[in-house]
Amino acid sequence: MSVDTDTVKRVARLARIKINDDQAAKMTGELNEILGFVEQLDEVDIDGIEPLTSVVEQTMKKRQDGVTDGDKADDVTANAPASEDHFFMVPKVVE
Amino acid sequence: MTDLTKLTIAEAREGLKSKTFTSLELTEAFLANIERANAALNAYVVVTDDKARDMAKASDEKLAKGEGGALEGIPLGIKDLFATKGIHTQACSHILDGFQPPYESTVTSNLWADGAVMLGKLNMDEFAMGSSNETSYYGNVINPWRKKGSNTDLVPGGSSGGSAAAVAGRLCMGATATDTGGSIRQPAAFTGTVGIKPTYGRCSRWGIVAFASSLDQAGPIAHTVRDSAILLKSMASVDARDTTSVDIAVPDYEAAIGQSVKGLKIGIPREYQVDGMPDEINALWQQGIDWLRTAGAEIVEISLPHTKYALPAYYIVAPAEASSNLARYDGVRYGLRVPGKDIVDMYENTRAAGFGEEVKRRILIGTYVLSAGYYDAYYLKAQKVRTLIKRDFDLAWANGVDAILTPATPNAAFAPGEITDPVQMYLNDIFTVTVNMAGLPGISVPAGLNSEGLPLGLQLIGKPFDEATLFKVGQVIEDAAGRFEPEQWWG
Repeated sequence: MSVDTDTVKRVARLARIKINDDQAAKMTGELNEILGFVEQLDEVDIDGIEPLTSVVEQTMKKRQDGVTDGDKADDVTANAPASEDHFFMVPKVVE
Repeated sequence: MTDLTKLTIAEAREGLKSKTFTSLELTEAFLANIERANAALNAYVVVTDDKARDMAKASDEKLAKGEGGALEGIPLGIKDLFATKGIHTQACSHILDGFQPPYESTVTSNLWADGAVMLGKLNMDEFAMGSSNETSYYGNVINPWRKKGSNTDLVPGGSSGGSAAAVAGRLCMGATATDTGGSIRQPAAFTGTVGIKPTYGRCSRWGIVAFASSLDQAGPIAHTVRDSAILLKSMASVDARDTTSVDIAVPDYEAAIGQSVKGLKIGIPREYQVDGMPDEINALWQQGIDWLRTAGAEIVEISLPHTKYALPAYYIVAPAEASSNLARYDGVRYGLRVPGKDIVDMYENTRAAGFGEEVKRRILIGTYVLSAGYYDAYYLKAQKVRTLIKRDFDLAWANGVDAILTPATPNAAFAPGEITDPVQMYLNDIFTVTVNMAGLPGISVPAGLNSEGLPLGLQLIGKPFDEATLFKVGQVIEDAAGRFEPEQWWG
């Protein structure tokens, strides 16, 4: 399988990364090379094989559903590019 | 006075205990080396000299009273991927511009609790994506090693290139690193240092910037097998804050060092004999086999038939997980923000300006293979192949193999700009990536120099949570091969 420039632009849009036409053309070539490389997997017989979901055989650890932390609004917003009264500020999303 | 920066951690530990020197003296010696060398090597992105002196003084007070932890007063460098409270933590990416976490990663907390001293944050490939440390926003790291008689700079490997270069260049006693596809072992091999990626689940991932969560593991880079055992003992823990942290007590790895390897079964996988591999890599591998046989180990040929599919499967799984993990960098909660005409435009501008080319490439690949209609063809298939890769190793262990010996890399260090093709660069991890796919521990130990005088490493792969055997066998290689020092041309 290979991708064309329109597909690359669509994927970039899905990934929320702005790319111009030149970048999309360059990326198309590079992505196709990588997709060509992974195509070797078609040689492998995977009939009846379960996908690996965890390398270590263990049941998922569970914890008590309790409050263990909190009251850290200052910390949470300390690194925000824009914040006000412990809210993250973003461009208007609803008219 | 002896050069304190030439000591191993084990030697410095004795010197501090016997009060031959203080942690402050030791720390100052490293800060002086960093001051002299960092302009040439670019291993540190931030030097925390005041903090280092404060920590060293606190250690000296404890040591004076005969107290202190296992790493009391030992100066270390920390990869920029580990969250360090109030200190530059940016995964060497522009998108985390200015980020200073209000918390500390579990691994670094463990080190400070044991008395270690932080010298600063180490350069790395952006978000740990790279094999040459050429993708960092903070510029290339330069390998302390050069070819004999050459003035040409070489890469230190990646992604933990700053960690490896800082250790090899004597800018710290040891360093934290992380390994998703070979990012500890490949730079260790390129710089004549020892690097171990422990079993998945051995070190907590809490507070480590995520790349590919099912593959990422932290581990140390150090001068000797013993030093790496000392560091791993401290870094590893059982942590409730990481659900994949495995509930097994951390053993005393140092106790394994010096133990006999007599009767151990060492597997030699024929599939690691790849086309076009330089003769000297083959010769090194054979040398390693001979050393272990002489030490009494039993050498057996084994087959890991799905080896060649590990790298292509990795380049589906890792970008897929990365595209999901890196979705959080959107200019809202931390780091860089580039304004736009609306919120989506702001996201797109921020991510376009904040991520480098390699990171963008991987996000796009990951987004594509996870997108509607392609999931089964790519991601699901890769995860099935991963089952087969793990099964190959399980069969070897079931047949009584105790550890597997392979070359660490298919070549020695190369020059910056020498490899520009992404897939060609990915091939650097051909021997290391299988280990991440199967979640196993792997150690790279320096084993010799090539004809141009550059270090080469051998890799040992172990059973899950059997790091002790890797230290035991690794020490035999180190004893036979000796240790390797670059000739100082910098600073």
